[in-house]
Amino acid sequence: MTPPLLEMRDVTRSFEVSAGLLRRRRTLRAVNGVSLRLEKGEVLGLVGESGCGKSTIAKMLLGLLPPQSGAILLEGRSLAALDRKAVARRIQPVFQDPYSSLNPRKTVGAIIALPLRVHGIGDRRERRARVFAMMDRVGLAPRLHASFPSQLSGGQRQRVAIARALITAPEILICDEPTSALDVSVQSQILNLLQDLRRELGLTYLLISHNLAVVEHMATRVAVMYLGRIVEEAASETLFGRPRHPYTEALLASVLTPEPGLGLPDTGLGAAFPNPLEPPSGCAFHPRCPKAMPLCRGTPPPARSKDGARVECHLCAAAVP
Amino acid sequence: MTVETFSGAERILEPSAGALLRRRVFGHAGFMIGAAIILAILAAALLAPWLAPHDPYAQDLTRRLVPPVWDAKGSWLDPLGTDQLGRDYLSRLLFGARISLLIGFSAALISGLIGTGLGLCAGYFGGRVDMVASFVVTTRLAMPVVLVALAVVALAGGSLHIVVAVLGLLLWDRFAVVTRAATHQVRQLDYVAAARATGCSTARIILAEILPNIMNALIVIATIEMANAILLDAALSFLGLGVQPPLPDWGLMVAEGKEYMFFSPWVIAIPGLALFTLVLAINLVGDGLRDLAAPENRN
Ligand SMILES: Nc1ncnc2c1ncn2[C@@H]1O[C@H](COP(=O)(O)OP(=O)(O)OP(=O)(O)O)[C@@H](O)[C@H]1O
Ligand SMILES: [Mg+2]
Repeated sequence: MTPPLLEMRDVTRSFEVSAGLLRRRRTLRAVNGVSLRLEKGEVLGLVGESGCGKSTIAKMLLGLLPPQSGAILLEGRSLAALDRKAVARRIQPVFQDPYSSLNPRKTVGAIIALPLRVHGIGDRRERRARVFAMMDRVGLAPRLHASFPSQLSGGQRQRVAIARALITAPEILICDEPTSALDVSVQSQILNLLQDLRRELGLTYLLISHNLAVVEHMATRVAVMYLGRIVEEAASETLFGRPRHPYTEALLASVLTPEPGLGLPDTGLGAAFPNPLEPPSGCAFHPRCPKAMPLCRGTPPPARSKDGARVECHLCAAAVP
Repeated sequence: MTVETFSGAERILEPSAGALLRRRVFGHAGFMIGAAIILAILAAALLAPWLAPHDPYAQDLTRRLVPPVWDAKGSWLDPLGTDQLGRDYLSRLLFGARISLLIGFSAALISGLIGTGLGLCAGYFGGRVDMVASFVVTTRLAMPVVLVALAVVALAGGSLHIVVAVLGLLLWDRFAVVTRAATHQVRQLDYVAAARATGCSTARIILAEILPNIMNALIVIATIEMANAILLDAALSFLGLGVQPPLPDWGLMVAEGKEYMFFSPWVIAIPGLALFTLVLAINLVGDGLRDLAAPENRN
């Protein structure tokens, strides 16, 4: 069996946060035992509320943040053992905020050409030609080549970020909320662009979003994250058609509110997102879960896998003995 | 592919970024006045050999303490009069501009390199490096600049090189503190993460991605420290511990003239006024740069 293109195995990452002067530093478990597989050609959607650890996963997959335990494997080889540049040639990011992901002091042309220069690809003329070709491909007019990011609209900026990510022809794109900083009208343009590029270039995406509509539109498989753990993972149709975890159910129900797409809508779960510094005992979701049982308070739920779907919930554990 | 190209119609009506910047620079009175004065002093310094009517070191003991031309006893032979050794004051003033500018510029450059380097490392790497850098800055802040300068110059002698070195090695703290804070802020931005994700080396990230974005603040500080160095040099010279006679340093001219100031007040008024004008102009330019670089003024 060939190993998956990109895989996380039981990865943990915590941060030491100081609660204030003279207070003890405390450990915040941002990612707590996450296993994920990204197969070639698929779009894996990763959804979850703000602060559940999605961006931390993205940073680790990009090699920007080392995991504290567990392993990240690129085609079966540990990311930590690979050369940084070699990883960069295969995995590239698209960040959420195109206002902070482009250096304001550089022209669009220089921003897109930077990866080529770093990797020593081509001479000046060749790089220039490749930059213009890539700009055309992502829908940027050639006259923007000498513009600065401050002169571009949000959608244009995100196109620049996508062009920069794709200029070295990577296989995997880690998109961390690529549209949530954009106007609604521009969001679908960028999503369509990403969709087209994936088809043309045979890319693999990890698509992080807190907008379920975006994920449903794009993803082939979806992982739902809650407080540092993946609580449910299934093929897109399965998850949207028949959610099994109560948290997924709540998320889906909330999408049916009149205003979809405005960030993560009210989950109808009442209680606020728990303080990640003091995660609840047992199942981390139990304080907000409408179906919580006494068991949930004390024992973390076991993971159940079936037909490539995976869920961590006592209810499902009971249903599938 | 169904990707529409943006026509950019919304930008056609706006003037270009360069035109906007030019308009703001020329509209800033303080900056323009300061820049004009500095340019004039710079020109005077560079053209001193051609502008000066006499050799600034040539003494003429028969013509000592001649008043300037606007005085009844003055003459066009020495437009700003002569000093106690009969040297032409205008010539000394012109050549003195070279020393002040040289000291201000070199000291700001040296301290800028030290402070910026330290601040970049502290802000980018954080952790231990930051702790060490903060300790070094604190140590430096605990040393009274004037006393240390006095002690070093008293021990090592007061040549131009030593004064520049001492001031350069003492005035970097503001650079370090500001660079550290700015670097720390910029390094959290996604474009630094993007650069790291493309495999950029750390040196390249610091020098090509971060430094250009904190340059505005550094230039403002450079003007402050330049003015600071010029004033400190004048103070050291006045105390007899700066550059040594017969160099036509403005501070030294004030010091040498102080015994004659009651009967010949111009001997201290003229170099004092020159110092005041230069420092004021530098500060005006610094303030102007800060205003022009402020984000709320940016379009
Ligand atoms: N460098 C850091 N230092 C300390 N805590 C951090 C750091 N980075 C992330 N965290 C914490 O880790 C948790 C997860 O953060 P993360 O950015 O991964 O969330 P997220 O799911 O991407 O949220 P969002 O949807 O708001 O982007 C948060 O509680 C955050 O405060
Ligand atoms: Mg995030």
